Amino acid sequence: MNTRNIKVMNRFDVTSRLIAKLKHEEAVIGGIGNTNFDLWAAGHRPQNFYMLGSMGLAFPIALGVALAQPDRRVFALEGDGSLLMQLGALSTIAALKPKNLTMIVMDNGIYQITGAQPTPAANVADIVAIAIGSGLASSAWAADEEDFERLVDDAMAASEPSLIAVRIDDKPGVGTTRRDPVQIRERFMHGLGVRDPL
Amino acid sequence: MAIAEQQPQGSSDGSWHGIVLQTLKRNEISLIPYVPDRVLTPLIKNLHADPYFTTFATAREEEAVGIVAGAWMGGRRGAVLMQTSGFATLANVLASLAVPYQIPLIMFVSERGTLGEFNYGQSLVCRTMRPVLGSLALEHHTITRLDELEFITDRSIKQAITTQAPVALILNPLLTGGKVFDK
Repeated sequence: MNTRNIKVMNRFDVTSRLIAKLKHEEAVIGGIGNTNFDLWAAGHRPQNFYMLGSMGLAFPIALGVALAQPDRRVFALEGDGSLLMQLGALSTIAALKPKNLTMIVMDNGIYQITGAQPTPAANVADIVAIAIGSGLASSAWAADEEDFERLVDDAMAASEPSLIAVRIDDKPGVGTTRRDPVQIRERFMHGLGVRDPL
Repeated sequence: MAIAEQQPQGSSDGSWHGIVLQTLKRNEISLIPYVPDRVLTPLIKNLHADPYFTTFATAREEEAVGIVAGAWMGGRRGAVLMQTSGFATLANVLASLAVPYQIPLIMFVSERGTLGEFNYGQSLVCRTMRPVLGSLALEHHTITRLDELEFITDRSIKQAITTQAPVALILNPLLTGGKVFDK
């Protein structure tokens, strides 16, 4: 993995930096576990969706939202272990080329939440190289926090899907998402303007 | 199948796939991710040819489920096409996404593994399908008759959407002709 000059960042900090940039009711899909725990901890927004299972589907769910609402920017936050379960989704997204989708991969090389076991990709595979090889030309490692913010700015102005990979530490999520799937889904639909509350 | 494959695209000429296509359109279901199946080929071909639909292949069936779940939450309706062995990969996403989040997931499953199956593995995996559907108490129908296809499909789609619950429509070889040993 060609990450020697890449700073090890923190998931909650990086997530908070992303959320601080969102001014236009952008949708954010948080993958299973720590990824959505930190999205929750960064401050609930009506346009956030939190996965409580279906490991690996943050990018496909985000793709569906992006296809349904092409005028809304959609972000997806996914862990490296989760992405490894659904690498084919990268090619699907590359083929469909949604202009409004940005994928962020939080890569610590471990399944932190299950006991910090290393993933099979740790130390041998490069997420950005995989993404580029899958057809996502606009894929890059964030060198540090400032570079991450610059890449987010670029992605928000881009006319093709973007993937940003972030090396993160082994810290657990800061918060714990309230595990109420119906309420999560309903409030997300309100946030996207699909439905009005009862 | 030879007759069915000669039908013009997107037709409502009475072929099973023409009826499915028209019923999808009538119910404003426009997003169709699929993992292909030989029997579904005329339906997939005609969906691709009709600009009303966004039709595309995914690498796995659960990926397709994620996509239509996201699209539903964003206000766009979709349906997933697959074969029996693909359904067998879905227990986790059904139990952790579609059912608990109350997503009206609409699945069309081309039924392999019965009525002339020539691959033992297909016949075994087919036997896992209805127990999985039953274990989650999911609405499902096995469609065997052309004259019942539109009614079952149209009503099931409407029920899925209004009750916010998944439905599996199993396209039996009695309806589609199925896939038979040919080599």
